[in-house]
Amino acid sequence: MKHLNLKVKVWRQKNASAEGGLVEYEARNIPEDASFLEMLDILNEQLQEKGEPAIAFDHDCREGICGMCSLSINGIPHGPSATTTCQLYMRHFKDGETIFIEPFRARAFPVLRDLMVDRSAFDRIQQAGGYITARTGSAQDANAILIPKPAADKAMEAAACIGCGACVAACPNGSAMLFVGAKATHLNTLPQGQPERNQRTLAMVRKMDAEGFGNCSNHYECEAVCPANIPLTVISQLNRDFVKAAVSESVQ
Amino acid sequence: MSVLDSKIPSGPLDKKWEKFKFESKLINPANKRKYEVIVVGSGLAGASAAATLGELGFKVKCFCYQDSPRRAHSIAAQGGINAAKNYQNDGDSVHRLFYDTIKGGDFRSREANVYRLAQVSTNIIDQCVAQGVPFAREYGGLLANRSFGGAQVSRTFYARGQTGQQLLLGAYSALNRQIAAGSVQMFPRTEMLDLVLVDGHAKGIIVRNMVTGAVSSHAADCVVLATGGYGNVFYLSTNAKGCNVTATYRAHRKGAYFANPCFTQIHPTCIPVSGDYQSKLTLMSESLRNDGRVWAPKTKGDKRPPQQIPESERDYFLERKYPSFGNLAPRDISSRSAKEACDDGRGVGESGLGVYLDFADSIKRLGEKTIRERYGNLFEMYEQITGEDAYKTPMRIFPAVHYTMGGLWVDYELQSNIPGLFVLGEANFSDHGANRLGASALMQGLADGYFVIPYTIGNYLAPQLGKRPSTDHPEFKKAEADTLAQIQRLLAIKGRRTVDSFHRELGLLMWDLCGMARSEKSLGRALSRIPSLREEFWQNVNVLGANEEINQALEKAGRVADFLEFGELMCLDALERRESCGGHFREEFQTPDGEALRDDQNFAHVAAWEYAGAGNRPVRHAEALNYENVHLSTRSYK
Repeated sequence: MKHLNLKVKVWRQKNASAEGGLVEYEARNIPEDASFLEMLDILNEQLQEKGEPAIAFDHDCREGICGMCSLSINGIPHGPSATTTCQLYMRHFKDGETIFIEPFRARAFPVLRDLMVDRSAFDRIQQAGGYITARTGSAQDANAILIPKPAADKAMEAAACIGCGACVAACPNGSAMLFVGAKATHLNTLPQGQPERNQRTLAMVRKMDAEGFGNCSNHYECEAVCPANIPLTVISQLNRDFVKAAVSESVQ
Repeated sequence: MSVLDSKIPSGPLDKKWEKFKFESKLINPANKRKYEVIVVGSGLAGASAAATLGELGFKVKCFCYQDSPRRAHSIAAQGGINAAKNYQNDGDSVHRLFYDTIKGGDFRSREANVYRLAQVSTNIIDQCVAQGVPFAREYGGLLANRSFGGAQVSRTFYARGQTGQQLLLGAYSALNRQIAAGSVQMFPRTEMLDLVLVDGHAKGIIVRNMVTGAVSSHAADCVVLATGGYGNVFYLSTNAKGCNVTATYRAHRKGAYFANPCFTQIHPTCIPVSGDYQSKLTLMSESLRNDGRVWAPKTKGDKRPPQQIPESERDYFLERKYPSFGNLAPRDISSRSAKEACDDGRGVGESGLGVYLDFADSIKRLGEKTIRERYGNLFEMYEQITGEDAYKTPMRIFPAVHYTMGGLWVDYELQSNIPGLFVLGEANFSDHGANRLGASALMQGLADGYFVIPYTIGNYLAPQLGKRPSTDHPEFKKAEADTLAQIQRLLAIKGRRTVDSFHRELGLLMWDLCGMARSEKSLGRALSRIPSLREEFWQNVNVLGANEEINQALEKAGRVADFLEFGELMCLDALERRESCGGHFREEFQTPDGEALRDDQNFAHVAAWEYAGAGNRPVRHAEALNYENVHLSTRSYK
């Protein structure tokens, strides 16, 4: 197996209120089959052996589904291939290369330490209305609602969002439209989601604005970096649903 | 009454749950809001329990170590969820799901619990569809199903290869609704570090805020642990990096019995280890065995590329050994067969620790498009990790630690031997015996959270009205002080080795000596090496930084300290269980053709371990398993 020697410039910041900056490290002897996070693990072992605190970064499942890992790599959220950082492998880099590693940058995602950011705004948007009210135990038989395969597939495509926030970090406006669009498309496409459709759409969009996310001005960077392949059409769907809901609200 | 009273209701098997529900105590709606319930963990079991209890009117506090409850490791489950819906009209029933689960578990689980699980399985699917979980559908709009290991019916519901994600997002949305309603208060990035007992009852927990380092107390009327399994004792597993035994082990130290800790599941289809830098193992869903054929070369040391090995020189060992189940043999059996082939020198790949999972026949029969539709995301993931295209060359797979059937002992109410401590999902031991069938973990997590705990919690809570202690109680103060003292002790060692280096060493030791095969000799070695490793840890670990900040090394150090004690308990349990059953394979106990040899005479029981203080040998209690409805047979998938 090939091994790489790299220079990495990593954002270090002690806590949310401290000032941060890029610090350069040598990452030596990195196997090309290692993942990007395993490269950081190796670097962290080396740092700690020298008495320097490890670089803090969020990660958990390391198989691309939990959405906990983040990082902007050379300025691109999750780096060069459209996967999560944990599924990015070092064979995508060249020996001797310099890599810039920074936290996701967005007004709504304050840095907590080093490469860790606070994405709890996403939770609050979903708490505002990102659900279907279905009291436990009250459901009818699952096959009583027939859902055409295309609708189920469309809902699934949107529901695949892992909530990582790369879309926000990639957007020059720090907009969360892809994320909110995905949630709205998932629930608004299904028959079960119809009774609360308007209310859900308005509540989530308003919460998104209140949390400090920017507007969408069609840069499409979000779609390009999304590791879950959420299509841009969820944004147009969200816009349509919002207009309908807003009109219906003003008429009432 | 023995201390291990399983509280199984009397009466016929299919009427027990109904009878229990009718006889259990109710709490009137006006009183429900006077109770506080702590739920630790926000995976399928924790999130569904917190949401449902909040919906019923209890005041719930839910804790998770991740930055959002949506990230709990249930999210990574790929293949599906079982339910006895019989939508395929292929002969499924509640009784068949019950029987398959008992048999799959090699007759080491409780009949009544498993029957209830099979009964409520159908409600889970209804509930999830109502929440908007986008299960796969047929063109007519009906729900689709597929088959999983250990079953001859198609009862598995799925959402692409992301079923766990979709079910968790369903439970998370129900949880969000309750958070918005004010009935659930959520504490993300918060780790439970101790359980607090007041007069012998579980009445609260000690937690550490992982952002500020603040250690604080939370009191409640009861505590529900839904903190998952302990697979990371092996360091390398398919678990998320943060999964740990700390919550359950610290409850064990406070008196909760740990049941069957040696029952661990090694999943047959994972991507093989490629080097010692590796931080985790990645599962390739069992669903792949619907269309993939598992094989190894017939000749030892055959290093030809797979395409050049002719049909006649391939050993499709699962089809050969288990013709009626073929590639869908249960996990424990499939894993051991792969190990046998590799031990025999017929393993593939650079390390020789791998066998092939080949889709060539299915692609020929169904076309690449169909295979892509069914498993596209898994093939992509495989290619990202290995750089190989599985449409063109067979996948290489090897078994890896995946799930733990053991866990805290619970009765029929899911209450541990400590009054007021309930344990749900993978964290308890209850339903899977010595081997879990595929697509049953999601079923159990949601059954426990949505449909069991809301009914069983009342019996404990009803007489507890007004008995919630304040966090000023001396027991809280003492537990808080103990927790802080352990943190300071870890920070003060300032030794020469990193936390991870200890964790890796422990993991390798557990894999070699208490992994897919165990023996008196290997377990004896493990039991002598773990204490010395633990001693070295407490003298030589290096945890930099302070408590009052984000400190991931400190978080890991606390968890590894617990794994270093827990690993010993696991080996002890494996040593004392002098039989082979399910995932527990003792080399001394096997049939002439290498199958697990159970000893029903002496071991048809649950082993529940009581903590006896640091340095003392834990005490082994046994709960006899009485089979009234199934005949204990030798498990055969031939």
